[in-house]
Amino acid sequence: MSSEEKRSWIYVVVGVGVAAVYFVAVLSKVPGADVGGIVYARPMIVAIGAGIGLGIVAGIAAAIASPREADRVDERDRQIHRLGGHVGFYVMSVAAIVPLVLAMARAPHFWIANSLYLAFVLATLVSSIAKIVSYRRGF
Amino acid sequence: MVRPTKVTNSIRALRFANGEMTQAELADRVGVTRQTIIAIEQGRYSPSLEMAFQLARVFKVPLDDVFQYPDSGD
Repeated sequence: MSSEEKRSWIYVVVGVGVAAVYFVAVLSKVPGADVGGIVYARPMIVAIGAGIGLGIVAGIAAAIASPREADRVDERDRQIHRLGGHVGFYVMSVAAIVPLVLAMARAPHFWIANSLYLAFVLATLVSSIAKIVSYRRGF
Repeated sequence: MVRPTKVTNSIRALRFANGEMTQAELADRVGVTRQTIIAIEQGRYSPSLEMAFQLARVFKVPLDDVFQYPDSGD
């Protein structure tokens, strides 16, 4: 497995894991509560920071485990990375419609912010999966 | 998403004919990852024209001896 493919796997595991913890923690407070009073900003910032931090740590650990090709990125990696970027862009473009509509409908900031965060998570997840499929099945 | 390629190659045979060169050694000579060489040999990746020439240059053979493309209608 190349270092770039490992990085894609890391993004999938860390991204899904951190987002799942965040959404369970925050959305569990919704039933019966006024969403305007739910504190979500700090947990979301912590989740984003944790995702970035864990991704960096896992990437470093992967590089230490396989130092030989840790810093080698070739044309196949660049092409697959570009494909992942395109796929993520399209997913983000569609998913961002939800917070946009919520904003137009003057929905509570809680739902707008969380739907936008979910859009980012989905875009990153689908982008990483597209890269993994390209690495495994061919490109 | 996966576009099957009709391009075939003789890289594995050429490696063995050149002092049983390993995939890692070939990857180092061309400047790519070992996984890319594996993907090329297995038909899961079509390299760029530049990489194709670099591979042919390593084996000191013409490009046609490394990569083959079927005639139309095959």
